[in-house]
Amino acid sequence: MVEHGDIRVVHCGGSKLNFRDPVITHDSRFLLCASGEAVKVFSTSTEECIHELRGHTGLVTGVLLRPSNHLQVYSSSLDGTVRLWDFTDGILIKTCVIGYPIYSFYASAKHENIFVFAERFQLVAVHLPQSGDQLVEARELSAVLSGVNPNPAAIAFGRGGEFIASVNDLQLEVYFFKKQKSYRFFLKEDNKKGGWNTFTCVACHPKDDCIATGHEDGKIRLWRNFNHKKEYTYSTLHWHHSAVSSLCFTPEGTNLLSGGVESVLIQWRYKQESERDFLPRLGAAITHITVSPDGSLFCTSHSDNKITIIQSCVKVSAVIQGLVKGDSIRTDLMMDPRSKALVLNGKPGHLQFYSLQRDKLLYNLDIVQQEYIHESGLQQFEVVKAAFDASGLWLATVEERHQKAAELELNLKLWAFDEQTQSFVLNTTISAPHDAQITAMSFRQTADSQTTLLVSTSKDGHFKAWQLAAPAHTEDYIQSVNCPSWLCDFVGAYHGLVPECCSFSADGSLLAVAFQEVVTVWSPATWELTFFFFSPPSISDLCFGRLSCSKYLLGTTASNLLCCWNLLTCSCKTSPCIKVLSTQNFFCDSLNRFISLFLSFLLSVFVFKPSEPRPLFSRKAVCSGKVTQAVFAPREEMLESCEESSQWLNRSQLYFLTQQMDLMTFTTKAEEDRLLASSKQLVIDDSVAMTPFYLLLGKHRQQQQEHRDSDSSLWAERTALPQTSASIKELLQTPAHVLPSTSYLCSMFVQSLLISVSDARSAHAEEEMESEKEEEDSEEEMESSRSKPELVAAATESDAPALTKAQARELRRVRKLDHSWLAGLLDS
Amino acid sequence: MASFKPTKIQVYPKLGEKVTQDTLYWKNYKAPVQIKEFGAVTSIDFSPVTPHNFAVTAFTRIHIYGPFSQEPVKSFTRFKDTAYCGRFRSDGQLLVAGCEDSVVRLFDVSGKVALRLFKGHTKAVHLTDFTSDRYQILTGSDDYTCRLWDIPNATELTTYREHTDYIRCGVTSKLNRDLFITGSYDHTVKLFDARVEKSVITMDHGQPVESVLLYPSEGLLVSAGGRHVKVWDLLKGGQPLVSLKNHHKTVTSLALSSNGQRLLSASLDRHVKVYSTTNYKVVHNFDYAASILSLALAPDDESIVVGMTNSILSIKHRKNQEDSKEIAGQQRRRPSYRVFVKGKNYVPKQDDYLVSKPVKEHLAKYDKQLRRFNVSKALDTALETWIRFRKPEITMAVIKELDRRGTLKNALAGRDERGLSQLLNFLIGNFVDARFTPVLVTAAEMILDIYQSIIGQSPLVDRQLLRLQDLVEKELDYQKELLEVLGMLDTMFASSLPRKEVPSPTVDHFPTCSLNTDS
Repeated sequence: MVEHGDIRVVHCGGSKLNFRDPVITHDSRFLLCASGEAVKVFSTSTEECIHELRGHTGLVTGVLLRPSNHLQVYSSSLDGTVRLWDFTDGILIKTCVIGYPIYSFYASAKHENIFVFAERFQLVAVHLPQSGDQLVEARELSAVLSGVNPNPAAIAFGRGGEFIASVNDLQLEVYFFKKQKSYRFFLKEDNKKGGWNTFTCVACHPKDDCIATGHEDGKIRLWRNFNHKKEYTYSTLHWHHSAVSSLCFTPEGTNLLSGGVESVLIQWRYKQESERDFLPRLGAAITHITVSPDGSLFCTSHSDNKITIIQSCVKVSAVIQGLVKGDSIRTDLMMDPRSKALVLNGKPGHLQFYSLQRDKLLYNLDIVQQEYIHESGLQQFEVVKAAFDASGLWLATVEERHQKAAELELNLKLWAFDEQTQSFVLNTTISAPHDAQITAMSFRQTADSQTTLLVSTSKDGHFKAWQLAAPAHTEDYIQSVNCPSWLCDFVGAYHGLVPECCSFSADGSLLAVAFQEVVTVWSPATWELTFFFFSPPSISDLCFGRLSCSKYLLGTTASNLLCCWNLLTCSCKTSPCIKVLSTQNFFCDSLNRFISLFLSFLLSVFVFKPSEPRPLFSRKAVCSGKVTQAVFAPREEMLESCEESSQWLNRSQLYFLTQQMDLMTFTTKAEEDRLLASSKQLVIDDSVAMTPFYLLLGKHRQQQQEHRDSDSSLWAERTALPQTSASIKELLQTPAHVLPSTSYLCSMFVQSLLISVSDARSAHAEEEMESEKEEEDSEEEMESSRSKPELVAAATESDAPALTKAQARELRRVRKLDHSWLAGLLDS
Repeated sequence: MASFKPTKIQVYPKLGEKVTQDTLYWKNYKAPVQIKEFGAVTSIDFSPVTPHNFAVTAFTRIHIYGPFSQEPVKSFTRFKDTAYCGRFRSDGQLLVAGCEDSVVRLFDVSGKVALRLFKGHTKAVHLTDFTSDRYQILTGSDDYTCRLWDIPNATELTTYREHTDYIRCGVTSKLNRDLFITGSYDHTVKLFDARVEKSVITMDHGQPVESVLLYPSEGLLVSAGGRHVKVWDLLKGGQPLVSLKNHHKTVTSLALSSNGQRLLSASLDRHVKVYSTTNYKVVHNFDYAASILSLALAPDDESIVVGMTNSILSIKHRKNQEDSKEIAGQQRRRPSYRVFVKGKNYVPKQDDYLVSKPVKEHLAKYDKQLRRFNVSKALDTALETWIRFRKPEITMAVIKELDRRGTLKNALAGRDERGLSQLLNFLIGNFVDARFTPVLVTAAEMILDIYQSIIGQSPLVDRQLLRLQDLVEKELDYQKELLEVLGMLDTMFASSLPRKEVPSPTVDHFPTCSLNTDS
């Protein structure tokens, strides 16, 4: 088979955000977190990803602010390097090769060294050489502790870096750097009440000699007096009912934060532990808690790939949500035909809509609409199936809950898209639509989309057709429900066999249902069985061809066959029948006529045209691990690729999900280059948060830049000159407290700026003069009292508090130079 | 921070009748006024003139009731034997009635003594009526004859001897003074013309005819006899139009609603059925306590009067607009609507700066408890008497939610005798409801597990447990029988269907109402 060098497999976002605890910068404006092989920098106020620090070749395992320079950050990775970055500009400053894969790492302000946790459960102190080189190799390694828990939460530095506390299993070890001595404290395996005493995490008080440890049974112990072997004491706090997963002291040590599976953030008052603040219902189990260095922000990462930023008054201020990847993708990967978003089940009981282009979660649709109880071992409702109709107007979801003893609880829900709210609204709930699990669902795709039809197949041996019924009443009945709802239209079965999958043909005139080894084809108009095919091993997947290939019906069988039946000849003609090894899944392209096929054991992908037996494209070992799901996503713009091998990528893109829940895609070389080029252009000035005001101001700055560049030729080149109007004068010269309300002024002001084209032309010459006059005006005004410009300047600066001194100086100079910018700004 | 999601109360499909305009119309009557008469009420007739008094013939008396009086405004008691068929003349001045003693009496409505006595029949007269010219009387008797009488002279005009059995019903045309129709126990309905000697049309009803009714247009005739109600087209010479068989006992009386859109039939099976006269489908149904002998509707359907064999007269008056308003007024003792919408319907003006305030969500009592994980208290609130009886689906939803949280056992445990009996009461009440059974089975099992040690300590609880056991056994037997019936039906369907290559699918419209066979 042909190797296609120019088609490559790349990661496409959706990486984990909650792998390690995030870091908030000193000014609380940025949040850094390890995400796959990169470090992402988020703005804490706008939740936007500002840039990614890329360079590591392995999984990033830790992010730490450099204690000596708070504008720099260290990151460690499994590739055995520690890198130093300037996160404001996204520049790699230094790479330090350590040579061992680093699983987690720590640093303290008092120590020159950083501590890395490397192989063989050892904590190693590493001295980073102070050289100016880009690439340095750290040679000075010294083991500090051995037998360390690989969990990064299990190690913490004590007050001012004097000691380091490490927990492992049932043992707390405290190592004092000065004395070079370590103390170990053991707990009994089980206390009398049957709790587990296993340590899960540790935190040290920043100002006090106190170590807080979290335990498997939900207890928090506060250890004191631990610099003696025998006379140590501890007190116990208990609120959590299951393991404490993270503990954190606030910088001043006044509060202790704890979190666990319950997804409740608890704020304990230090030394007044009976007083607690709760922040319940954070959405998913808390995995890490961090506090910003000034203590104004808390930040929790959650098991559903989410980072919540919480103000210290225990109020959620921002949520950074990544692609939620649960334990398994029960619903297949789907594309929302309307928003072109990737849809899969995310948070328990939710369906997530993820924009692939923007690598951002659009929203979560609450399917189950029940309070989620955060408790391990509890059977919850899960979204197991979902299907969109071709226009994206209807969404069908199946949720199920299976308890050991009780019956299976099934709900089929149908959602209608609401134009007004731009989201799906529940239309019909069908409880217990089938007696057993639903194996497949499919909407009929009709061009006119007048009668919508949904077919669901179930393990109870039936398939049911659900139809959108108009309110079934004539003038006799009351129009109590005037929106149409879904009703069962037809129940079909075939010799008591279990239907496995179903598929509608492209025009909606045929329905194929595979009953184990029999493929039955029904006509939905009359619900008659038109014909059936028989293929010995049972069919696991079915789909009709599209467009020119719509006469073909394709299926994969359990015995590794890809079968293709020609429906025109109407016989069991399995024309191109390829013997393949263990087909795992196959996915049909909705836009053009290609079928891709993943082979689980070979880790290969094949792309077929249904009409040809030879694969169009094949690739072995696309990734490490099995491919579990895949989907064709239509492209926003078509690619112009003439090569036959990559033609199938022209109109759509194939995304697939590996076992490690990595979202990958195929790209061509040309496309990648283009993307790279565009990303270089897009350098965001991120010193200021992306507020509307910033946009306004940013524009102004650019203009200002231009002004300065043009300097003397400024006046000649100007096209849009500041308008001298009464309203501007009024605005600028009247004291603020006597002005009418801004909204009143604004409309007047904007109106004054609207000039007819002819007017603008003729007025061009005198504008120059007038603007000069205005210039003088403002000059005078500044001399008399500098209050107003400064006021404006203050306003601009208030949103950009961290202007450097140089910038401030520049700004002042500009202010002296040119004041027409204000009008220009307003003009723009 | 997401807010607490309240427990979802499942909406169960209403198993009862569909609410239609008709249901609403026919349900819009007050509770019936019941008056005890002296014997079976055989006939009710409304006076055609206001105030639309009605004459009730029962045993040896005829009582005339006013539209709203519960006492008779007038009674005629001068009958020697059982009176039959008291009917008003079209001006409401005269009343005629037959009698078991074969004498037909004519009364002035304001008088007491009979104005005229018509003697000639030899047996009981069950049918009397005025012709539309007001000067003649039609009578029909058990001596198989029907006669026309002249009122002023009290003389017999004509005698028709065509029927071969008792004549028990009949009606005169309101448009033509010469036409009248009689129904007899010889299964025929005959249309007579007084201008000729013989019947004009004869229709065979098939059963002894108990009642006949003419449409206001007089083009259609309705006859009732046996279990059938038949509609005949007189203009086509007595062609049968529809045959309705909706009662399971003899239909005794017919009535038309005032606008002629609905036909009512009353039967010995204690039901009054309302048919639409366009498609002759039953649109509503009334139940009464005893077999119904007579039925009449006031003009404009202001009241429905029904006479029964147990000598009870039941009068239902229509609810007035004012009445319903009054009731609404009584309910509104809460703060006025103005208080609730205070400031909420304010539309911000152009210059206003809107400060949004988070809307405080209101949770139900049980949800408040559930939010705090107070499982026992949540169940307690859901088991409050009102909710338990009026809204069992709320209790069910809470039990289900507790089960989902895995804390149902905790919630059920630790109850005293009163609490436990309350719980068992609910179980007994709803256990066999197919919609609730799956959840209640788990709950019942848990209750038995928890409280098996206290069996024998409280007679109340023991009694309830026994009742529950009884109930389960009965339900099991019932389900077994149902399954047998289902099997029989299946074989019948299978044999009746033509054999096809494709197994014909069974249509199941109600997946949620599937039978539940577990205990």
